[in-house]
Amino acid sequence: MGAGHAHVLYRESDSPVHRLPPEVKIVAMVAFTVAVVATAREALWAFGAYALLVAVVAGLARVSARWLLVRSTIELPFVLFAFALPFLGAGERVDLLGLSLSAEGLYGAWNILAKGTLGVWASLLLAATTTTRDLIVGLDRLRCPQILTQIAIFMLRYLDVLVGEARRMRIARLSRGDDPRFLWQLRGFAAGVGSLFLRAFERGERVYLAMLSRGYTGRMPAVWPGAGAATAGQWLVGATVPVLAGAVAATAAVLT
Amino acid sequence: METLAMHISNGIINGPVAAAFGVIALAALTVCVRRGRLDLDDRLAPMAGLVAAFIFAVQMLNFPIFTAGVSGHLLGGALAAMLVGPWVGALCIAVVLVVQALVFGDGGVAMLGLSITNMAVIAVAVAYLLIALLLRVLPRTTTGLAVTAFVAASVSVVVAAMGFVVQYWLGGTADLGGNLAGLAGTMAASHLFIGIGEGLITATTVVTVAKVRPDLVYALRKPAASATIATVGGVR
Repeated sequence: MGAGHAHVLYRESDSPVHRLPPEVKIVAMVAFTVAVVATAREALWAFGAYALLVAVVAGLARVSARWLLVRSTIELPFVLFAFALPFLGAGERVDLLGLSLSAEGLYGAWNILAKGTLGVWASLLLAATTTTRDLIVGLDRLRCPQILTQIAIFMLRYLDVLVGEARRMRIARLSRGDDPRFLWQLRGFAAGVGSLFLRAFERGERVYLAMLSRGYTGRMPAVWPGAGAATAGQWLVGATVPVLAGAVAATAAVLT
Repeated sequence: METLAMHISNGIINGPVAAAFGVIALAALTVCVRRGRLDLDDRLAPMAGLVAAFIFAVQMLNFPIFTAGVSGHLLGGALAAMLVGPWVGALCIAVVLVVQALVFGDGGVAMLGLSITNMAVIAVAVAYLLIALLLRVLPRTTTGLAVTAFVAASVSVVVAAMGFVVQYWLGGTADLGGNLAGLAGTMAASHLFIGIGEGLITATTVVTVAKVRPDLVYALRKPAASATIATVGGVR
């Protein structure tokens, strides 16, 4: 728990992308994703342009393509759904490699695959360059209601408490002669899930009371207005990617 | 839950429908923020964080469902409604979804409105209505509480899954033709199983908490708080 509150996806570095204020990156990422989703699926070249944008940002952020690809596997279930579509889909059929496929389904699959992958890459880049604390700071500066940022702060903090408590309970079970393997570990876990919750809560409550007694008022210190809020220049720099993506989307809309 | 149903990847549902549900989700969350502020006191703040963390962790466990390449995970709507109430509960789940989408790319950012509507708004609302109803009808015993939690969790999961089917019907990007009924069937069947698992976990967790710290269970607090604690809780 004492280790910094950086998450597994964060890549420590000092690239220009890392140095951008979090609120700029969040807005840029959301705007980019919206532009991608709004693009007509027939405009194949546009998705190439988006991928190029992602590659440029990844290069600037010194995030390797390999890391990005490995982490994209979170998307796998969607991809499987996409592969089923050409067979399930209705309408006109096309013959490809001896298989009768639905053209509608093929486009649908491409749509999910391309837009899903680009979206995952965009969030992975955000995650790789922003610590969770900065993420919350960014949301706070974007005027996200305080009750939400407060829940988010505690959630991220208590995740570590929860994991630590689960580990302690597992060691306690092992040292009392339990020898779970493979799926049977689940049995011990399921039986103890209620007490895990309670133990984590009582530990978390102590953390909360300790925070209160040290002057916590519901907002992280020095967050608001806070040094390091984005300057106009940084907003401009951050805007380049979504503006380019928007231009691509607009061109695609005109052409198709 | 399903990767499909719950975490909706970018591009599965078309833009206008996603935007419309974004507006719906935003409106619902605004109400929740207003009402939730009244609820969030010193006891509920850490509880809300822990419920969110718990749901976050639990949603990471994905169960593959072998038909149609869909995987499902637990939802947590009923647990949240039970422990922190409907308003803060919906906010907890919304926070989990937003962080998952922003940080892990789990569920598309542009589809957040759809996911929040299904998992945070519909699931929590259904769960809380059932909880309010069943707690009134069932005997105020540990068994009554367990049954309430189980039913609320299972039903809310299936209803949330149907929320996805409706959204797909409104704006699915790939036309499934007559297969929409098939999608609905797959979703309902798979979520019935997930719902049972979710019901069991919710029931065990809620019963344990109610036994040791009945003051922490929101659903037991409001109606006749003192009487409830005596019967369900016992001594601290």
